[in-house]
Amino acid sequence: MGNKAITAAALTKYYGRARGIDGLNLEVETGDFFGFIGPNGAGKSTTIRTLLGLISPTSGKAQVLGMDIEKNNRAILERVGYLPSDASFYRGMRVREILKLSADLRKKNCDKAAAELCDRLQLDRDRKVEDLSFGNRKKVGIVCALQHDPELLILDEPTGGLDPLMQHEFFSILRERNEKGVTVFLSSHILSEIQRHCSRAAVIREGKIIACDSMEKLAESSARRVTLRGDVRREDLPECKNWTELGDTVSFLWSGEINDLIRALTKADIRDMTIAEPDLEEIVLHFYEKGGEQA
Amino acid sequence: MTLIRHELKQAWKALLIWTLAIGSFIVICMVVYPEMKSQMESINSLFSSMGSFSSAFGLDSLDYGSLKGFYGVECGEILGIGGALFAALLGIGALAKEEKNGTAEFLLTHPQSRAEIVTAKLISVLVQIVILNVAVWLMAITSTAAIGEAIPWKEFTLLHFAYFLLQVEIACVCFGVSAFLWKGGVGIGLGLAIALYSMGIIANLTSAVDFLKYITPFGYCDGSAIINKCALDSTKLLIGLAFTAAGIVLAYWKYSKKDIR
Repeated sequence: MGNKAITAAALTKYYGRARGIDGLNLEVETGDFFGFIGPNGAGKSTTIRTLLGLISPTSGKAQVLGMDIEKNNRAILERVGYLPSDASFYRGMRVREILKLSADLRKKNCDKAAAELCDRLQLDRDRKVEDLSFGNRKKVGIVCALQHDPELLILDEPTGGLDPLMQHEFFSILRERNEKGVTVFLSSHILSEIQRHCSRAAVIREGKIIACDSMEKLAESSARRVTLRGDVRREDLPECKNWTELGDTVSFLWSGEINDLIRALTKADIRDMTIAEPDLEEIVLHFYEKGGEQA
Repeated sequence: MTLIRHELKQAWKALLIWTLAIGSFIVICMVVYPEMKSQMESINSLFSSMGSFSSAFGLDSLDYGSLKGFYGVECGEILGIGGALFAALLGIGALAKEEKNGTAEFLLTHPQSRAEIVTAKLISVLVQIVILNVAVWLMAITSTAAIGEAIPWKEFTLLHFAYFLLQVEIACVCFGVSAFLWKGGVGIGLGLAIALYSMGIIANLTSAVDFLKYITPFGYCDGSAIINKCALDSTKLLIGLAFTAAGIVLAYWKYSKKDIR
């Protein structure tokens, strides 16, 4: 258990009667580049905010870097860098002052790291924070999360507002950190982002984790995207999902045995066919359609 | 220390404005005092014979014609209401403003316990109240000297000290309330300050509601009693200190387990 960056056991948070997360189980290994996928309102931010002690769980246990979230909040925060989804700062302060404040609150001198990060992200440190665009404010948040060299990075929807070039730079910084052993925990509803960068991922749905595995396994455990040109009848393929027809081309997701698919297709007249691994979007849709049964 | 410094840096402009506003009002009153003094004979008898109006502001038991009497009333109105509003706004915003302005996530994800944050914010509120009161007291003393009157050190200082305690009490009670808020509570703060002020006035008007003097901090800030007896009412003061302590305890208790929005 010692080398887990994050563990949560039956972690539950209700806001009055409204569900935040409900019996969430999660394990993130040290050194993972971990994606946390789910639509808005699924409980991503609630999970993160509970782990960081901003809100206290209704029931259940969780540990971050081996420490209990309720008992050792302070010690956890010392070793974690957090980027909120909507970073707001004190009005009237310059970027430089915010970064200094953040470092001072950690009793660290981060001038060198801050200068380096600001250069890479092209962030002007003399601007006032209230004059910054959403993307630039995000950059301030990124520097605050990274400048003190944390062991674990918790990033809540980190790329919103960043242009593609900046996203690229941001992810190369994360990769460098990850190669040095930093655990990255990244929540997003942009699936391609997770697919491209993460080694492992969990899918959250209505407050519960419905799948958690390596990216390859997640793709494996799910359906295949089959595209056919020819004369196929849906009745022959009872196990298909997501059936779409366009002219003489049909496309569907097949989650059953491949042998069954081939047997079923021998009856049809087929001119062309591709079977591909679905992309993450389809995996997630597939999990969502299954109604949360554990994969 | 970092957080206290940060808080004070954020607050210094507002503090300066409040200090100058309250201080200059008092200075203006002192400057016009010599002028008024010459016509005081008639004013004094008029003021002390306006029935309940006179007692509401303590005009019946204070000699308005003397500097001490004049100051007990003037200072009471200006420093009393101004200081109460200042303290209420300070206290009510202290904890709630982080969530209102969206900076709570930034502040609370740095390694500090909730108790440390409450302590830093409480200290910075108290420091601001001390600064305002010392500055206003200095302005009052200086302006008294400037108009060539003898300075009644003891009475002035005691009166200012009573108003300082009043501000601390109101600020701490609002501070406790602040821990429950996440939208900012300017209305609540101002409402509370004005309600307490009105309680003081009403209690002066009729002895039927004399108990109000024990609830509102304006009870122990009665200018006429302080100037005449040169002492503070210890019972009322103790009740005030109890409210102050309750506000502080409430803030620590609530904020240490609060769900941050």
